[in-house]
Amino acid sequence: MSNQLKYQVRDLYKKLLYLGREYPLGYENFFRPRLKAAFVKNRDLKDHDEIKKAIDRGEYVVKELEALYYLRKYRSLKRSYYNQLP
Amino acid sequence: MSNLKILVGCKRVIDFAVKPRVNSAKKAVETANVKHSLNPFDEIAVEEALRLREKLGNNIVKEIIALTCGPPKAQEQLRTALAMGADKAVHVEVGKDDSEANILQPLSVAKLFRAIIEKEQPNLVILGKQAIDDDASQTGQMLAGLLNWPQATFASKVDINDDKLTVTREVDGGLETISCKLPAIVTTDLRLNEPRFATLPNIMKAKKKPLVKYTPDQLNVDITPRLEIISVTEPPVRKGGTKVESVEELISKLKQAGL
Repeated sequence: MSNQLKYQVRDLYKKLLYLGREYPLGYENFFRPRLKAAFVKNRDLKDHDEIKKAIDRGEYVVKELEALYYLRKYRSLKRSYYNQLP
Repeated sequence: MSNLKILVGCKRVIDFAVKPRVNSAKKAVETANVKHSLNPFDEIAVEEALRLREKLGNNIVKEIIALTCGPPKAQEQLRTALAMGADKAVHVEVGKDDSEANILQPLSVAKLFRAIIEKEQPNLVILGKQAIDDDASQTGQMLAGLLNWPQATFASKVDINDDKLTVTREVDGGLETISCKLPAIVTTDLRLNEPRFATLPNIMKAKKKPLVKYTPDQLNVDITPRLEIISVTEPPVRKGGTKVESVEELISKLKQAGL
């Protein structure tokens, strides 16, 4: 794996770890082991394009997580202050 | 309009996902070892300031300042605001921890804000419409009163043209559009925008941004509470429903309940 890709993968892992701290189902016992497993599963990828694809998928998950946190906050505020079902 | 300096309020509150517990003295909620975060309405305020800058450009919106009044730990919330994109933070330190900072009431906060506004001279102040911990929804209004500035509360849309501010407000039964001159106070409603996420690299960069500290004494503001909290209680627990076998039983139960 080229150095640049190595850096990107590590960066993605750090980003996800940071986002995971707020995961509703827990961090130490849920998010972290699962995240690690997901990365370990792809450890044997050698092809440049395949690694790129995996990184893109990871970036997509980052976006999904951000959206999830935003919606969760928005809905709970809406429920408590606007007296409507989400 | 040549320039715009925006001040945003950032309150440290118990995280929205935490269920608050009343403390043993029944005078406040438990704050020790509870997750805190930036008040969601203040997040919307920070985001609105950033969007105004993105829309009007850097040479009009000169500076975005995040201001908090709270315990030393409220720095975390200022760092979040800086990570989102504010340029500078001002921290008025009150108390040693969250329970001591609890003596702050809207009027004192408004006075502290006024003192900082006199120092920093912003011409637009954006605050959250309320904090999710005490739900007072008073600071913005009181500040506008103290400064004698126009106020646009519960904003769901903000537009600036020269030094004219046009704000769409959420009121009972619809929307109201008002316009006023700058300087002005805006308080944000939930639907104003979708706050961005403070990313990890930005949080690291935020550590290098300037943060100025003050104490209420330095600002000559008296923060003794004017209101006394007599007691804090948890809401009543919801009683479960029951199934009835027949119409007669239903009627008798309804009569019992006095309906």
